[in-house]
Amino acid sequence: MEEIVSLYQTVKPAEVNSWVKVGLIHDFPENAGACIKYKSRQIAVYHFTRTQKWYACQNLCPHKMEMVLSRGLIGDAEGIPKLACPMHKKTFSLEDGSNLNGEEYSIATYPVKIEEGNVYIGFVE
Amino acid sequence: MERIILVGNGMVGYKFCEKLIAHPNRNQFDILVFGEEVRPAYDRVHLSEYFSLESPDDLLLAPLNWYQENNITLRTSELISWIDTENKKVFSHKDESFDYDYLVLSTGSSPFIPPIKGVEKEGIFIYRTIEDLEAIQNYADKLKSKGRFQSAVLGGGLLGLEAANASKELGMTTHVIEFAPKLMPRQLDQTASDLLQSKIESLGMKIHLGKNSKEIIGESEIEAIAFTDGSSLPIDMIIISAGIRPRDEVAKSSGIAVGPRGGILVNNKMETSVPGIYAIGEVALYNQNIYGLVAPGYEMAGVALDQIMGGTKLMSPSIDMSTQLKLVGTEVASFGDPFLENDDTVVIRYENKQRGVYKRINISKDGIRLLGGILVGDSSDYNTLFQLYLNEMKLPENAEDLILGQRGTESKSLLGSVLDLPATAQICSCESVSKGAICDAIQNGTCQDLKGVIKQTKASTCCGGCKPMVADLVKETLKSLGKEVKETICEHFHYTRQELYDLVKINRIAGYDDALDQLGKGHGCEVCKPVMASIFASIFMETANKQIAIQDSNDRFLANIQRNGTYSVVPRVPGGEITPEKLVVLGEVAKKYDLYTKITGGQRIDLFGAQLNELPMIWKELIDAGFESGHAYGKSLRTVKSCVGSTWCRFGMHDSVSFAIRIEERYKGLRSPHKLKGGVSGCIRECAEARGKDFGVIAVEGGWNLYVCGNGGANPKHAILLASQLDDDTCIKFLDRFLIYYIRTAGPLIRTSTWLEKLEGGIEYLKKVVVDDCLGMAEEFEREMDGLVEKYTCEWKEAIENPETLKRFKPFVNTEESDDQLVFVPLREQKMPRPW
Repeated sequence: MEEIVSLYQTVKPAEVNSWVKVGLIHDFPENAGACIKYKSRQIAVYHFTRTQKWYACQNLCPHKMEMVLSRGLIGDAEGIPKLACPMHKKTFSLEDGSNLNGEEYSIATYPVKIEEGNVYIGFVE
Repeated sequence: MERIILVGNGMVGYKFCEKLIAHPNRNQFDILVFGEEVRPAYDRVHLSEYFSLESPDDLLLAPLNWYQENNITLRTSELISWIDTENKKVFSHKDESFDYDYLVLSTGSSPFIPPIKGVEKEGIFIYRTIEDLEAIQNYADKLKSKGRFQSAVLGGGLLGLEAANASKELGMTTHVIEFAPKLMPRQLDQTASDLLQSKIESLGMKIHLGKNSKEIIGESEIEAIAFTDGSSLPIDMIIISAGIRPRDEVAKSSGIAVGPRGGILVNNKMETSVPGIYAIGEVALYNQNIYGLVAPGYEMAGVALDQIMGGTKLMSPSIDMSTQLKLVGTEVASFGDPFLENDDTVVIRYENKQRGVYKRINISKDGIRLLGGILVGDSSDYNTLFQLYLNEMKLPENAEDLILGQRGTESKSLLGSVLDLPATAQICSCESVSKGAICDAIQNGTCQDLKGVIKQTKASTCCGGCKPMVADLVKETLKSLGKEVKETICEHFHYTRQELYDLVKINRIAGYDDALDQLGKGHGCEVCKPVMASIFASIFMETANKQIAIQDSNDRFLANIQRNGTYSVVPRVPGGEITPEKLVVLGEVAKKYDLYTKITGGQRIDLFGAQLNELPMIWKELIDAGFESGHAYGKSLRTVKSCVGSTWCRFGMHDSVSFAIRIEERYKGLRSPHKLKGGVSGCIRECAEARGKDFGVIAVEGGWNLYVCGNGGANPKHAILLASQLDDDTCIKFLDRFLIYYIRTAGPLIRTSTWLEKLEGGIEYLKKVVVDDCLGMAEEFEREMDGLVEKYTCEWKEAIENPETLKRFKPFVNTEESDDQLVFVPLREQKMPRPW
């Protein structure tokens, strides 16, 4: 289990040395999540159309270690974009991956950029 | 800076820390806490919930970092073995010494082990710590694997019954052995005990009263308990819960005075015989008594702290031992003097064996004061009775109304308004919070709502029994200030569900984004999105394919997510009637996709373990064979269960299957504030368990009886009779009206039974609305239902016919691969997800 968890480390925009193209804007649902696979990682990608913002995070919910976060509902908590796990409705900030229920575990987040209709996710290789 | 050393990190010790850090002079003290157990303080009151929790940490009163953040030095797994009272030092079992200025002993108690022959054998446990519970669980698992299931609890008191419940939860056949002729001898009289006994026995436990254990028989492992009356009971393990003994050994060996039968002697300042040393909780002997409840322990913690801080707080001269709790699923409460019976007292008893309810109150002969009482099976009156008793309030003219309710008139609270309570009335006895403190928090503007009040005052955070009263007080106080009290959906919509329903309908709002723009703010969340989806569905009968992104995640994928992120598939089987041909199809599909197959409680077949991308393929095959979505994933009509009825059954009075199918076909796809279940029974033997459903129909002479607002689940409720001897069409008409009224007015995720409880006027009012049409809206309700029924489509059929809506079932956007992280393990002849 620890191996899987260690695969996911937050990447800050400044650290990115590899932008990976994961699809076209229209491949992704609006105001909901979808999942992409890059090497052995599963990354959840969310498109907030109301703010025209994109977010990405690990697909693995750290609570029960299941690959489900891309299937959760999204929204905001007092302005912070968030996602709710479909299993037990644990919520996480999509800005920094922090746990919004006051529990210890958090998730890794990744930068997203849009160029010419393509969606890219930033990794550190 | 002075140093306080606290020995003991149990519930009372923790409370002392909590009170210390909230004290204005906190910074003048340094605090060091010793705990003998591995974990920081946890909630021992709810120990038996351990097995149903996700992690033992859920029982912690505060996580480890709470102690750090508050500058409390906590040393766990460390025992204090000696106190040098002259030089003010304590010594740990590792022989390290620590200086103190003030010492607080909160060492608690240990279970009393009666001197029975053989009590040292393997397989005998006590019940106090998480480690005890883990040991019990491990041993029970070992026994079960050998086919041995007999477990006995020695002691039929409050803790013994908790332990028995834990043993039952572990799947053991559980016996309770009690020396006294009744259960909970300190709290219950014989009638109450008899009733509790029959309730507990109906759950499969066995109670043995008046039994004096003589010897535990067996070589290395135990085999039986022998009693002094010559009888014996074959048994594989024993849990001892025969009372507590204060842990006063350190005090005693260090020269601090203890009582003749144990316990550290304290005065009303919680001072022991040695200046600067205090004792609190179950170890303290106050008024010649040891108190095994948290409320007095918490009060002691408050007094000791105040004294150390130079205050003048004293312990109450008499300790209230009233308790209200749920034991093995049965509500039990006792307050004041429960047994009082003499020339100056009148006892009023109510016993209803059918409902399993017993209530007893002891009142003064002049009928003015309440002196004590017992409640079993229904303790909903406890808060009212307890307040009347505690505050010595004058009783109403007909004291029997206190336990029977007022008959024949519109019911209203016997307390009058909660605001009539004196300001000193103690609402939360665990945390000693008065009515005044709760009302002040609102009146002085510190708190705006219930959540704030609970956070500020800590009321209802311990056992939670007073929460309804705290909620009422908050609501009434807010009302008295002219503030609106509203149960709004979430931060994005400042409306109730009913208001949103009306606003969407009147303004013809067609989509979630419009609703957010016109009625709300922000970007929505996992609470308001499904609520709005349900409202759109209930008004426009739109399926979950229309606004996919706002559906709760099960509705989004039209399937129920399971442990490992795979899904289950439940096609509709109306009334539970299925042809052999269709049954074969289900089997074939399950075989083809390797799905774990199980019959559900609602007479359908559940196929588990389907991957996201397999769902459309599976449903295509099912739809081709004539199946439809069963909506098992939605807050919507699930099933209408039926017995076989008069077509086959020799007792059947009407054709329950045909009627169940008609009802299920009518309401299929109907979305509601919570899930809806129905049942139809062909006679009063009630094999369809219709009264355990949101609506139940039972055949009687001359038609159908219609019952509403029942449910199974965590708080089972029998449905209540709404109308009797109805013909088919009238029954459907009443159902239409009832369902639409519920859908329009209930809060989110409120099932029919809770809705009815909150409905002003209760079932009598509901009858007026549905049967007598007092609102004049019956026709509108029926028309509305007709409209919804007409617009029904199978949403799975709709989903697989539209390539655009099928996109959501693709596991990955950027590859055609499927999820390779899924792991299944074998289970009998099928499979299951790898356990968490």
